[in-house]
Amino acid sequence: MSEISRDEVAHLAMLSRLALSEEEIKLFAEQIDEIVGAVAAVQQVDTEGVEPMSHPHSIATAMRDDVLVPTLTAEQALDQAPATEDGRFMVPQILGEE
Amino acid sequence: MTTYTVPESGLTSLTAAELAQKIHSREVTSREVVQAHLDRIAETDGEINAFLHVGAEAALAAADAVDRSLDAGEAPASPLAGVPLALKDVIVTTDAPTTGASKILEGWMSPYDATVTRKLREAGIPILGKTNLDEMAMGSSTENSAYGPTRNPYDLERTPGGSGGGSAAALAAGQAPLAIGTDTGGSIRQPAALTNTVGVKPTYGTVSRYGFLAAASSLEQAGPTARTVLDAALLHEIIAGHDQFDATTVQRELPSVVDAAREGASGDLQGVRVGVVKQLNRDEGFQPGVLSSYRAALDQLAEQGAEIVEVDCPHFDDALAAYYLIMPCEVSSNLARLDGMRYGLRVGDDGTRSADEVMALTRAAGFGPEVKRRIILGTYALSVGYYDAYYLQAQRVRTLIAQDFEKAFEQVDVLVTPTTPTTAFKLGEKVADPVEMYNFDLCTLPLNLAGLCGMSVPAGFAEDTGLPVGLQIMAPAFADDRLYRVGAAYEAGRN
Repeated sequence: MSEISRDEVAHLAMLSRLALSEEEIKLFAEQIDEIVGAVAAVQQVDTEGVEPMSHPHSIATAMRDDVLVPTLTAEQALDQAPATEDGRFMVPQILGEE
Repeated sequence: MTTYTVPESGLTSLTAAELAQKIHSREVTSREVVQAHLDRIAETDGEINAFLHVGAEAALAAADAVDRSLDAGEAPASPLAGVPLALKDVIVTTDAPTTGASKILEGWMSPYDATVTRKLREAGIPILGKTNLDEMAMGSSTENSAYGPTRNPYDLERTPGGSGGGSAAALAAGQAPLAIGTDTGGSIRQPAALTNTVGVKPTYGTVSRYGFLAAASSLEQAGPTARTVLDAALLHEIIAGHDQFDATTVQRELPSVVDAAREGASGDLQGVRVGVVKQLNRDEGFQPGVLSSYRAALDQLAEQGAEIVEVDCPHFDDALAAYYLIMPCEVSSNLARLDGMRYGLRVGDDGTRSADEVMALTRAAGFGPEVKRRIILGTYALSVGYYDAYYLQAQRVRTLIAQDFEKAFEQVDVLVTPTTPTTAFKLGEKVADPVEMYNFDLCTLPLNLAGLCGMSVPAGFAEDTGLPVGLQIMAPAFADDRLYRVGAAYEAGRN
């Protein structure tokens, strides 16, 4: 079975923001095809009427007391940034030139 | 000649409980204990590579604070005050880098401490350093670390397991008497089995995940590792409990695992029903030497008074497939935050490239092959057209596995299996075959899917390879005390 093509991995890499090399794309296409072949076993299980489980326990929204507590300062938050300017994170261009 | 397993004498040969007793009675200082372990690390870690970062200065300063307080006549801050620990490098610390063994976070300093880190500090536990792991805790051998694999102290050609191979190897080498691991599909229990140490994955929701480098949030939990069941229990009680910074931690009274470990130390298992999982009690896929150690363990539990019952968990056969869908799906979403914009590595930002291009270059340069594979696999399984067939179906199988556990625990108090299908394999042996590597987690991952608790306790050495074997004990959610009761009894029965 060959479910995952080279082009599909290239597309998934784009969606995942991973600039993979051509060698990586080819290798992952082979390996992920094999992995999907193995994990596709879940499709053979009869799950008629079974609810999906996303989390081990049911969780309720946890509330805390509404009191002021210290949080990170701007300096702490920016301390490990690759680039900053005027107390902000500096990032490459996000929108087009036009 | 340097030997790499725990020394036979000296401070690094002692258990955490023994060290605590000596420190608290002022027979030795915490500084002496910390220094002895730092010396042991210096002597052995060139070969073992258990540590990514050793924080000698910070550990000695923490030890001095404990010594001052005890010298002033104050009560110890905790039963383990002054006893040093190794911390898996996936838990953030303000005084040492946290990398997740990834290039994308090389040298990154967290602006805050994880809740687990804070609790350790408050308990007076000096942190020796940060231990090696598979990148972002993804792997079964530590070979996915960007900083080289960790070697097993019992055989330097072999893996100590993973992802928490660094913490397990540190214990097995006498570099630390205590360590913290995290367990998403077996990353605490499996390395414990391969290194003759004790590792516990607590019930989901009992240990705060605040300050972890999150990978698969619905599966992972930090837990204690040590060389004895009692030591693990003492550490377990220090790190567990509700945390307002992790909404998934439960607000309920947790049973005392230290009391359970002390009770178990009598060795008496009268009235305890031990379940053998039919699906994981077979010859196929298991090394003969692991099976003979495992069957000897069952015989011993029976001799100690336990009733051994076979239970049927039919959907355990599908756990591996469900896990390797759910886990990568959570990873693909969780790791989107590592994009080179706010912290960590940034590659290709030369003024001509867009943010999207810089993110893609950064992530391609910063992540290793296994992390990339899981991100791609998860993105695939979450895609329109595949979501129902893979992710949602895996979640339904997850429900069936949880139901298998529920039914089993109507018949028995704990379940047991071998922790791993084989003893430690050679470095390089499975690297080229991801599916083969995934199969190694066969016995440990059903538990994570259901959110229950489990322990691996040493079960001797396999007669065929001479390497350590682990016995896995599993218990229902919030019944972590049963692990310690049975684990301590089994440990006492072996000695």
